[in-house]
Amino acid sequence: MSTAEVPVAARRGMSDNVRMRLQQLAAFAGLIVITAFFAVASDHFFNYDNLVNNILVSTVQIGILALGTTFVIITGGIDLSIGFGIALTGMMAGTFLITWDLPLGLGLLLTLVVGGLIGLVNGFNISILGMPPFIATLAMMLVCQGLPIVISDNGASIYFDDLPAFQDLSGGTLIPNFPNAVLIFLVCAVIAWFLLNRTLFGRYTFAIGSNEEATALSGINVKKWKIIVYTVAGVFIGIAGIISAARIGASPSAGKGMELQAIAAVVIGGTSLAGGKGTIVGTVIGALIIGVLNNGLQVMGVPQEWQYVILGVVILIAVYIDMVRKKSATAAG
Amino acid sequence: MELNKNTDPDPADPKVAAPPVADDRYLLELSGVNKSFPGVRALDDMQLNLRYGEVLALVGENGAGKSTLMKLLSGVYTPDSGEFYLRGRPLRVSGPRDAQQQGIAIIHQEFNLMPDLTVAENIFIGQEKPSGGFLLNNRTLNRRARDLLERLHLPLDPRTPVGALTVARQQMVEIAKALSYDAQVLIMDEPTAALNDAEVATLHELIRHYVSPDTGVIYISHKMDELKAISQRITVIRDGQYIDTLDTATTSMGEVISRMVGRQLNVNAKPENVHGGREVILSVQGLSTHGLLKDVSFELREGEILGFAGLMGAGRTEVARAIVGADKRSAGTVKLRGRTIDPANPAQAAKYRIGYLSEDRKRYGLLLDQSVTTNIALSSLAERFSTAGFVRDRPAKAAAREYVAQLKVKTPSISQITKNLSGGNQQKVVIAKWLLKDCDVLIFDEPTRGIDVGAKEEIYGLLNELAEGGKSIIMISSELPEVLRMSHRVIVMSEGRITGELAAGDANQESVMHYATLRPDENAADAVELGLVDPADSDNTHQHGKEA
Repeated sequence: MSTAEVPVAARRGMSDNVRMRLQQLAAFAGLIVITAFFAVASDHFFNYDNLVNNILVSTVQIGILALGTTFVIITGGIDLSIGFGIALTGMMAGTFLITWDLPLGLGLLLTLVVGGLIGLVNGFNISILGMPPFIATLAMMLVCQGLPIVISDNGASIYFDDLPAFQDLSGGTLIPNFPNAVLIFLVCAVIAWFLLNRTLFGRYTFAIGSNEEATALSGINVKKWKIIVYTVAGVFIGIAGIISAARIGASPSAGKGMELQAIAAVVIGGTSLAGGKGTIVGTVIGALIIGVLNNGLQVMGVPQEWQYVILGVVILIAVYIDMVRKKSATAAG
Repeated sequence: MELNKNTDPDPADPKVAAPPVADDRYLLELSGVNKSFPGVRALDDMQLNLRYGEVLALVGENGAGKSTLMKLLSGVYTPDSGEFYLRGRPLRVSGPRDAQQQGIAIIHQEFNLMPDLTVAENIFIGQEKPSGGFLLNNRTLNRRARDLLERLHLPLDPRTPVGALTVARQQMVEIAKALSYDAQVLIMDEPTAALNDAEVATLHELIRHYVSPDTGVIYISHKMDELKAISQRITVIRDGQYIDTLDTATTSMGEVISRMVGRQLNVNAKPENVHGGREVILSVQGLSTHGLLKDVSFELREGEILGFAGLMGAGRTEVARAIVGADKRSAGTVKLRGRTIDPANPAQAAKYRIGYLSEDRKRYGLLLDQSVTTNIALSSLAERFSTAGFVRDRPAKAAAREYVAQLKVKTPSISQITKNLSGGNQQKVVIAKWLLKDCDVLIFDEPTRGIDVGAKEEIYGLLNELAEGGKSIIMISSELPEVLRMSHRVIVMSEGRITGELAAGDANQESVMHYATLRPDENAADAVELGLVDPADSDNTHQHGKEA
């Protein structure tokens, strides 16, 4: 209890921080390694066009979903509705902009509202009604899978060929040779980083995941903040839905399976499924790893079914590394 | 009900005066408080008053209603009826935040900290004062925390993640958090449950520092010697009812305890000393681990209670964990009746009939959502209560019934969910589990933590009976009086080493604390005393020690 002991605790805290950074570094090193591997293994992989226009652009949707889901997972929750949320928000964007012919700005805003509503309902069910996040968002996933077909014309896609301004959101180049979709992803990442690290919202996200009851007893309205977390994740679904629709048109089957890839990206990035720990930088790296894997395996001609298997193994490895890290942290503490 | 037998010198005490009225001579006053839950009357016409500038101890057995009272004051529960006054004004608390704002700070028994957040973030959670209601500035937050910590003389770095702190330091964070808003009433629930004596002293210093003519403290504890040290008055409650308020200075602790449990207890039983020539059951030689333990050697004899004393983090639990294979050893041998054993995990240790009863029984000892029977039978399920993988319920239930009777577990039935039992009875269920397994060596880690005085006596009685029946017991405890009273021999640890071994007759508060505070790795003189270095070499060590 003497003052002389202070540095001990401080030192331990520091090394904790260092360990966190090491994990990120490991993910980053992993990214470099698999990128290098594909660059050597395939002639068609390592060139600007493939790296930016294929890998980055196709990573954008998973990446944006992963950003929103990072918040959810840090609170100790999960969101399975994000994948088909892309289908629903994309179809709604088509409905607003093409079927109803609303002005572009209004249509985009309404699409984000739809995304937010998906999250709001998730948050309400989980926070107010007390449903387990897995079940509540699984049910919402089914809803998001069915509704786009209901509002579509017999499951037909909606295309935006008559609305080039909308398509430019993905394919346009505000910066020469740099697709807008990637730019939007980067802006989203910066916003997410800011939210997580510099705002009350982020602080309470960590607090809830770290110890929900303690947070409530500290006078924080945990229910309210959890609803907000899911709603924010929903808005990110809306953004991903818009990008998806702008790139390939709105399809009722868009986003299928992306929820698992996005969650995988978050976990690979070092965010703990138990809650309380996570970083945006990690999530971005995780999303890039998934993107590089998807593209690299494709370029090498690995069949789709094996791509799934390899992705599964990568997730297992990432979670195992996380567990080893946690164990060594406990042993040292 | 024995109401207020002239223990309070004040004749105008509202407890005596007929209708309870607001009295602004009291900082906090409660009267006629009732609170029921389905099937339970948690509080029955409860009353309590806290004077300005005093530390009021609140004592009662587990289930007496202390937690309910706390939760009413923090706004987690709403009372069915009752009057609450703060500074003579009616008080209504709508929630934890509201309680804070009205000047009531509560430190709960289970820490309410977010382990992944830093010290500063924990202290100011909910009162970050973000600019624009939104943006956080960590530098400002850390500075505010540093100011507060300095004011409270707490040696903490605001940037350390709380999860990396020791329990004692986490307790400090709790206190800083509670005092970060200007609380007039500070309520502490079992604040010293996980602290050693030196840390308790620091805590009490902090409390004395806090108490002013404007503030008051309600101090909930089971530890009688602490109440004597810190409180001016003691309010006793039992079974949800107010029993009495006593002046600490003029009251014997035996009296407090008897009010609490409703009967007189013999608190000064002495260990019956024996065992010199009995058979050595467990022999540990040179036990070390990578993390902490260094060259730990001792012997445990048949029918002996061997006490392990030491400060928090001295390595006592780690010794137990290394013996039963929960942690890996880096060196050393463990012999059971002369035969070397090396259990890879606690399950194998159990096969050797060594049982380890964890300090955290809720986490490691019990399936809280399962029945008493399931818990008692769990370890013996495979070898005694199953045929070809099918569980045979009837013998399991018979065994559970037998042990519930033998250990006097207070439970309405053996199918009761364990969660609903009191701490003492939960502990008995854990003990029953290991007895059923027919263990010869039982390692008890903090056997009475979080258990009230009456139940403690029963656990002590049980340990003595087990030892008399030939079981060998290692008892790890942070409560020195408990170690001194129960042990036939006391082993003292510090910094992962055994620093002293005392016979029951030589063990007392001073001798144990002397060995417990030796720090051979930092202090050359201590290393010399323990014979770890040659005095001639001590210059070298000394320099190293200074640096550390």
